Amino acid sequence: MNDFDAEDRLRFEQLVLPHVDAAFNLARWLLRSRADAEDVAQEALLRSYRFFRGFHGGDARAWLLQIVRNTCYTWLEKNRPMELNMEFDEELHLQTCATPETLAIAGDDRKRLTMAFETLPPRFREILVLRELEGCSYKEIAAITAIPIGTVMSSLSRARRQLHSALVNSLQGARP
Amino acid sequence: MRCDFAHSLLQGYFDGELSGRRAAEFERHLRHCAHCATELVDLDLLRDRLQLAQLYEPATAALRRKINAPLHAIAPTTAVLRPLVWHWLAAAAALLFVATLLWRVGHGLRGDDYQAELAGEIVDAHVRSLQPGQMNGISSNDERVVAGWLEGRARFAVPVRNFTNDGFALQGGRVDVIEGHAVAVLVYERNGRPINVFIWPTRERDSPPRTGSWQSFRWVDWRKGKKEFCAVSDVDLADLEHLHQLINSSA
Repeated sequence: MNDFDAEDRLRFEQLVLPHVDAAFNLARWLLRSRADAEDVAQEALLRSYRFFRGFHGGDARAWLLQIVRNTCYTWLEKNRPMELNMEFDEELHLQTCATPETLAIAGDDRKRLTMAFETLPPRFREILVLRELEGCSYKEIAAITAIPIGTVMSSLSRARRQLHSALVNSLQGARP
Repeated sequence: MRCDFAHSLLQGYFDGELSGRRAAEFERHLRHCAHCATELVDLDLLRDRLQLAQLYEPATAALRRKINAPLHAIAPTTAVLRPLVWHWLAAAAALLFVATLLWRVGHGLRGDDYQAELAGEIVDAHVRSLQPGQMNGISSNDERVVAGWLEGRARFAVPVRNFTNDGFALQGGRVDVIEGHAVAVLVYERNGRPINVFIWPTRERDSPPRTGSWQSFRWVDWRKGKKEFCAVSDVDLADLEHLHQLINSSA
């Protein structure tokens, strides 16, 4: 092990590892599963480490989150390809929410919000996670999701509207 | 009825992402648009609700352990020695923003918006550099192969020389686009570190080398024969100046 390797590792530990929470949180919401998110976040971190020399300064969180996101989409493509074509379907959502067991778990707001998040298409889910949970700026969102910065605003608008609509539906579904 | 502003400016206003001028423009609109006023309140309620629900899920201690352990087992050099084209090319693209900076300096863009513009460009270059599949280039140490590949793609003649005997081994080349202009990139290796030479046509006269640094990078920029060159790397500045001399004397 020469000095250079040690220096690289130290830099990785200082720049990238502080964002492991962000990596897991994004994976958890994109994959809708903690167990899968652990696997994919781990894979993404190892990938980012192997190609760390491709990273030359800048926003380490955005860099890592982009790798996490790409790893998540690759994983979804392989394991749950249907989800990538998922469109928000209000009818479907209503039905889902109206079953007795979903009514039972929709008891508290966290669960209701979680369910509403998970009915959104992945592209909308990720933009809301990045903005509302991760606190990313529009520039960071553009960098992570590879959409032009000019369309971040309109994407956010649509995502928020869908979330709102999913929440309204879940309330209606919960009424007797 | 939905208001046109609700779809765009309202979001940026709510997120504090509008410039002062655009925020003022939106506020003027807000004075007589009840729809937007209501929507702002709704957004605020939704955000509070999300905060309260604490949806953020941090990594578990088990995951942290799983991530930490292999870091000490993997030798990062295995990845570096791998002869993958795009590994070099990704490194090249990551440095693109420095070229962008010079491009802007060269074009005399030095307004109040300069810093903001630059930050935007850095992000854009960053986005591009991280896109898998975007790194179209050629990996070769053969001058003719690289020159042949660049010919027609770069829309100007790119002088390609391999300086392996002087310690600068040609690794390959690629083409990138900055602000609508085709930019050729030659990738060299010096003691295991990549050096990227960005080349684009210019109308300016020849100029002596200018040097500078940005974060951990150093660059040397010069013009010769209606072309501007910018060598960027984290190698010693003396090495970059040496490469400049080699390129200039061969051009």
